[in-house]
Amino acid sequence: MIAVILIILLVDLFINPKKRQSSANIRLAALLPIVLMTIHTLINIVPSHGTISAFGGMFQYTPMHTVIKAVLNVGAILVLLMSPEWLKRDDVSVNRGEFCILTLSTLLGMYFMISAGHFLMFFLGLETASIPMAALAAFNKFRYESAEAGAKYILTAMFSSALLLFGISFVYGACGTLYFDEIPTHLNEEYLSIMAFVFFFAGMGFKLSLVPFHLWTADVYEGAPTPVTGYLSVVSKGSAAFVLMTILVKVFSPIVSDWHQVLFWIIVVTITLANIFAVRQKNLKRLMAFSSISQAGYIMLGVISGNAVGMTSLVYYILVYTVANLAIFSIISIIEQRSGKLTLDDYAGLYKTNPKLSFIMTLALFSLAGIPPFAGFFSKFFIFMAAFKGNELLVFIALVNTIISLYYYLLVVKAMYITPSEHPITSFKSDCYTKVGLIFCLIGIVGLGIASIVYQTIGKFSIGL
Amino acid sequence: MNLLSIFVLIPLLMLLGLWLSRNLAQIRTVMVIGASALLISAITLTVSYLQARAAGVTGDMLFRASVVWYKPLNIEFSVGVDGISVAMLLLSAIIVFTGTFASWRLKPLTKEYFLWFTLLSTGVFGFFISIDLFTMFMFYEIALIPMYLLIGVWGTGPKEYAAMKLTLMLMGASAFLLCGILGIYFSAGATTMDLTKIATLHIPLSKQLIWFPMTFVGFGVLGALFPFHTWSPDGHSSAPTAVSMLHAGVLMKLGGYGCFRVAMYLMPQAANQLAWIFLILTTISVVYGAFSACVQTDLKYINAYSSVSHCGMVLLAILMINKTAATGAVLQMLSHGLMTALFFALIGMIYGRTHTRDIREMNGLMRIIPFLSVGYVIAGLANLGLPGFSGFVAEMTIFVGSFQNYDAFHRVLTIIACTSIVITAVYILRVIGKILYGVCTNKEHLKLSDATWDEKIAVITLVICVAGLGLAPLWMSNMISDSVTPIISNLTNLIH
Repeated sequence: MIAVILIILLVDLFINPKKRQSSANIRLAALLPIVLMTIHTLINIVPSHGTISAFGGMFQYTPMHTVIKAVLNVGAILVLLMSPEWLKRDDVSVNRGEFCILTLSTLLGMYFMISAGHFLMFFLGLETASIPMAALAAFNKFRYESAEAGAKYILTAMFSSALLLFGISFVYGACGTLYFDEIPTHLNEEYLSIMAFVFFFAGMGFKLSLVPFHLWTADVYEGAPTPVTGYLSVVSKGSAAFVLMTILVKVFSPIVSDWHQVLFWIIVVTITLANIFAVRQKNLKRLMAFSSISQAGYIMLGVISGNAVGMTSLVYYILVYTVANLAIFSIISIIEQRSGKLTLDDYAGLYKTNPKLSFIMTLALFSLAGIPPFAGFFSKFFIFMAAFKGNELLVFIALVNTIISLYYYLLVVKAMYITPSEHPITSFKSDCYTKVGLIFCLIGIVGLGIASIVYQTIGKFSIGL
Repeated sequence: MNLLSIFVLIPLLMLLGLWLSRNLAQIRTVMVIGASALLISAITLTVSYLQARAAGVTGDMLFRASVVWYKPLNIEFSVGVDGISVAMLLLSAIIVFTGTFASWRLKPLTKEYFLWFTLLSTGVFGFFISIDLFTMFMFYEIALIPMYLLIGVWGTGPKEYAAMKLTLMLMGASAFLLCGILGIYFSAGATTMDLTKIATLHIPLSKQLIWFPMTFVGFGVLGALFPFHTWSPDGHSSAPTAVSMLHAGVLMKLGGYGCFRVAMYLMPQAANQLAWIFLILTTISVVYGAFSACVQTDLKYINAYSSVSHCGMVLLAILMINKTAATGAVLQMLSHGLMTALFFALIGMIYGRTHTRDIREMNGLMRIIPFLSVGYVIAGLANLGLPGFSGFVAEMTIFVGSFQNYDAFHRVLTIIACTSIVITAVYILRVIGKILYGVCTNKEHLKLSDATWDEKIAVITLVICVAGLGLAPLWMSNMISDSVTPIISNLTNLIH
């Protein structure tokens, strides 16, 4: 595990000198982090058996962590693949190296957060992940919206961290320890424990943008540069969801009936409200923001089950969601760079001018909506299956909501294929990074469901209540 | 290599072929070869099925094969057919074959059109061969979604509205269905998704009473169950010709087939208890559909409402829980599939020439386009149940079977449903008289040309099938009734 961190630090070191913009090594600068990340992922993709812990149990390492980290790496690589096109722009190209460093340091933070065995380590990881993220959101600092997004993100992140810390202090008050392994024995159904859970959950709710805590999402997603939005919606959300599941299952297991009830209502509200809001959006990035809120609700279905199947389905869902969502963000990003257009109306007639892009976009949207034979169908089916027992009503509400979500995904498809347009987006060729990224996503969208091996591999390492 | 896997493999190869093809000629070659291969495999399957049965092979499902897919979730890719599925596969293959010819000259974006069309057929074939709940549901959804683009891009009239309405209503139904399927799986002990295995397990009655209506409605929406039939007229009338054919001809049968094979087979007690609610609804479907067809002026709307009526008859028959009626239901699915495909094909061809589907604007077409007109008359006569065509055989069997139920409730409903035959005659003869006979008053229509060779292939194939089933129904009826028996006895054993 330490090797993982070393490699990432090495990556950082390598990129630093490249900040000096000699045009000859622009290509190298774009390629290097991608290649290094790929190598790093490949080295670490094979999970070793058994649990290892470091720093006196503060840092734990289980095979499941390798799996979720591999999933996050895939997301990070895809984001790096879609970014070079954007980083070519004059106002951001000077900071090319910084983008990679910031992205990778958030990833490092998430690693710590995932592997934490102690609330302090967990909190350190969380902060390492969220502070650079605010810088990323404000990366286009000369654009008003981007700066606004950065400010909004940092304020909400601070607020949620404060809530989280408050919750953690309650945990300490109730249990006298912050080690994950020791807390369950001290936790009981008293008010202090419940309060600890409530504050902790509210803090996590901000990170995951679950509904009562979602208000920052649409603005930040709209204002932040598109690759960063993609990163926020997938990698950041995925890691938070996984951590929430492990902590609820491992740490808050004595008060399972309480968090079960809270989650139930949060899921219902999240999915329903987010879907209803998404229907009215005209800006594609805002639409995807609300879509990602509702997807977070679906991911929570894996958490509510609390069993091993739920965890498998959750990680699998994140993986499938990663490839589909990042395919869409890649396309939004490249179209934004080439034509500056972002609204639903602008996408009218896209199929006539850019058939390949709209085809991949369609498949990705179908995958998000859960249409077979694409991977999204399998991940949705499995997460419903995991949650079904005991939560029949919840699953039914979630299912009805998939129809609403299908409606707004189809609106995008309709714009691309059906609506005629007098000024369609002109035809263009994507750069090779975007192409590689999209082909990778396409393989994921089509292949992940049919190849059951992925799910079964994840399933081997899952744990439950 | 299992014979049944071919039915999924061929469409997949067709998709690949279409993907690689560069011009119209190549696209057509791929489609014709693929569709013919499907038709030949369906005929081969029927023959070998009949041979196997004649040789005394017993067991509910033949040609079984199964591959474990998702082990932790007990999901398998398992296939198998009985007489009902064989009949449905044959029907689908015929419609896909004729549909290819009916959309021979379709423009624009021909390649994309056939890609989605083939994906739709993959779903249909996959559905009929599956006996695993998961794969069945998966193929069911695969068959639904291409409809959105097929109607939305290539349709006519208020196509965007119709496409969205159809897709959302059917996907909404599939939400019910998914809930029902998960309910069945968990109440049967969460050990298997295999239909034949679940049938031997006991699902508690309290659970059955929840999941039966869900599953039945889920499938029933696709079978145009009143009051969830409203997608059908809009969708069918906006869809391009071949898509209407495939959708009304095959896809609506997925509903009836699913109600019978999944909802009623797996939850027999609830089916017995709750049948009366759905019987009333389906009777309304039958009569209401027929009356609605009488007042429509758009040819496609007339036929779409007629489909609501006839598909209602299928659901009515299976809910009668009676062997003869259930055999009639499957025959009706087959017969209605062929008839309605013929109808939609002819309407599409007439519309392509006259550019109107309003019956008030057409008359005297018989003299101008005799081939299409004669085809239309044949379709109409088959539809109103003239002896010698498939419609008669199916409806006769249904009503004889339904009337065998002794209680007044079933008999009254049968009599009410029977009236639809008369109403059908009214709207069919009205249309035929209006548009085909008399003197042509529209000068533009005098210049119309008759069917081209590709259209003739489509029409003749379907006419042969309709007449063939009407003249020699016994082999098909026997094949179906053998396979209906285990399901019906599963249902009736509970009462006696």
